[in-house]
Amino acid sequence: MIERTPVLNIATHAILVVGLLIAFLPMWLVFVAATLTIEQINNPPISLLPGSELIANLTAAWNRAQLGSKMLNSLFVALLVASGKIAIASLTAFAIVFFRFPGRMVVFWMIFVTLMLPLEVRIVPTYAVAANALAPAQAVLEVVGIAWLWQVLTGVKLALEWNLLNSYTGLVLPLVATATGTFLFRQFYMTIPAEIVEAARMDGARPLRFLRDMLIPLSKTNMAALFTIMFIYAWNQYLWPILVTTDRANYGTAVMELKRLIPTSASTGGGTPDWNVAMAGCLIVMLPPLVVVALMQRYFVRGLIGADK
Amino acid sequence: MENRPHFKTLWLGVLLVLPQLLLVLTFFYWPTGAALFWAFTLEQPWGGGSQFVGLDNFSNIFTDRFYWESVLRSLVFGVGASALAMGIALVLALFCDRQLRGYAYYRTALVWPFAVAAPAAAVAFRYIFAPEAGVFAALNQLYPNLWNPATNGDHAMIMIIIAYSWKYVAYNFIFFLAGLQAIPRSLVEAGAMDGAGVLRRMRDIQLPLLTPTFFFLLVINLTDSFVDSFGIVDITTEGGPSKATTLMVYKIYFDGFKGLDYSGAAAQSIVLMVLVMTLTVVQFRYIERRIHYK
Repeated sequence: MIERTPVLNIATHAILVVGLLIAFLPMWLVFVAATLTIEQINNPPISLLPGSELIANLTAAWNRAQLGSKMLNSLFVALLVASGKIAIASLTAFAIVFFRFPGRMVVFWMIFVTLMLPLEVRIVPTYAVAANALAPAQAVLEVVGIAWLWQVLTGVKLALEWNLLNSYTGLVLPLVATATGTFLFRQFYMTIPAEIVEAARMDGARPLRFLRDMLIPLSKTNMAALFTIMFIYAWNQYLWPILVTTDRANYGTAVMELKRLIPTSASTGGGTPDWNVAMAGCLIVMLPPLVVVALMQRYFVRGLIGADK
Repeated sequence: MENRPHFKTLWLGVLLVLPQLLLVLTFFYWPTGAALFWAFTLEQPWGGGSQFVGLDNFSNIFTDRFYWESVLRSLVFGVGASALAMGIALVLALFCDRQLRGYAYYRTALVWPFAVAAPAAAVAFRYIFAPEAGVFAALNQLYPNLWNPATNGDHAMIMIIIAYSWKYVAYNFIFFLAGLQAIPRSLVEAGAMDGAGVLRRMRDIQLPLLTPTFFFLLVINLTDSFVDSFGIVDITTEGGPSKATTLMVYKIYFDGFKGLDYSGAAAQSIVLMVLVMTLTVVQFRYIERRIHYK
């Protein structure tokens, strides 16, 4: 602003620098720790300048936690969840905004209310569903009598089963439904001028053609924003992966492995805790989301705040 | 909105919502229903189906001292973490919004911790606060066990609050800054014309106009502190020492998956669900601001 406040300006910079310290110091300490030898790290006071062992520690962490396959798993799952959320949210919003089937607002509210049902509060029964994702369908069929009919007609008892434990489907599918994404797309579609829709229809565009040639190109920014947020969200998942994957060698994700890198008296056999390796692993695991944020900075903030401003 | 042009093919609309509808029914509503069912029934040992027990499961948890302790700890954690994360973020946003030289760099740099996985932050802070290595080891050399979150419950609670809030400082900062920038510049300029200094303008113009953002964030922070704390607790303390950091969500996980007490865990889930719903309804009903992006 248009005033001279030299003292306050210095104070402002001082406060912001403290803010930068809060944001960066912990991760700087992690980085420094990842460059030290096991003797250096267990010899307080801790050094604030990096040592020379970064590559050795990174390699040790990479091998110990088998991060190669874990990082690939994480990448695969995060990409699937993010693109799944975008696909499903844009389709649902498209149907709700551009069609007039009965019950569409009920569907919208049903999806919206899931905001109030985070995974953590329904964790045990959701796990039970993951053990057989068709159990709800089976129960419904039994109640309406189709299961009974099936048994009478074919003589075989109807037993639907689809186990999601230890599978990519199990890691991805329960995370794909998205209230916020659907809401974001709905808000955006509602700003599309009626003239565009009319024009498209007059030119003979069918619904899916309109979606492909008009809506999707128009919502690229929204998709990028949602993708950034959802990729980070999916990569950083912890509770759900540790529940659905007991077969860690094949389906473990990188974030799950973090805990195993922490030196405890059990893992070191009473020896010196090798925090240097744990911190190197921590660096590797948190890198991909940071790369995404660095590349998509603009969309990241936009996606967080929401596009309705 | 009802006059918007639309397509006439009804079946296609239904078909397009079907995938998400099925997902929501299978992974949200069915488990929620199951939690309700378990909360009001008791599974017979060695099979034999479930028996309806009314509110017994609830009266069990409400008379359980350990449950109330976990509720109390969740409150301490929630209030502590929200105050810390929001307080720091508010100060940073107010001063960052002065847009002095380097503004863009500050803004970018202060946002990035939000991209760090909570478990990764937890591992980092577990190291930083480790009694034997890390920053506090020097302190412990002066006087043994001056700082030890592995044995001292208060230290452990401080550690999880800091580890958890670190990331939320960045989150709150983004929203506070956006809120500040939504305030018409002309108001602040008018204040300057009337002779109000920078700090005076912050106190009498910007802060009052920021109240909606503030309450919005308060509700989000409290809600998230109840549900989003699992990773931090599991990695840093596993609920210890001697349950000093067993928050509500961790107790549900522990009772459900380690104790195999489905009915008790379900009853606790329902209580937490009601809490989250109340906060969310408050947010939409009375604050009705932007929604929370997850």
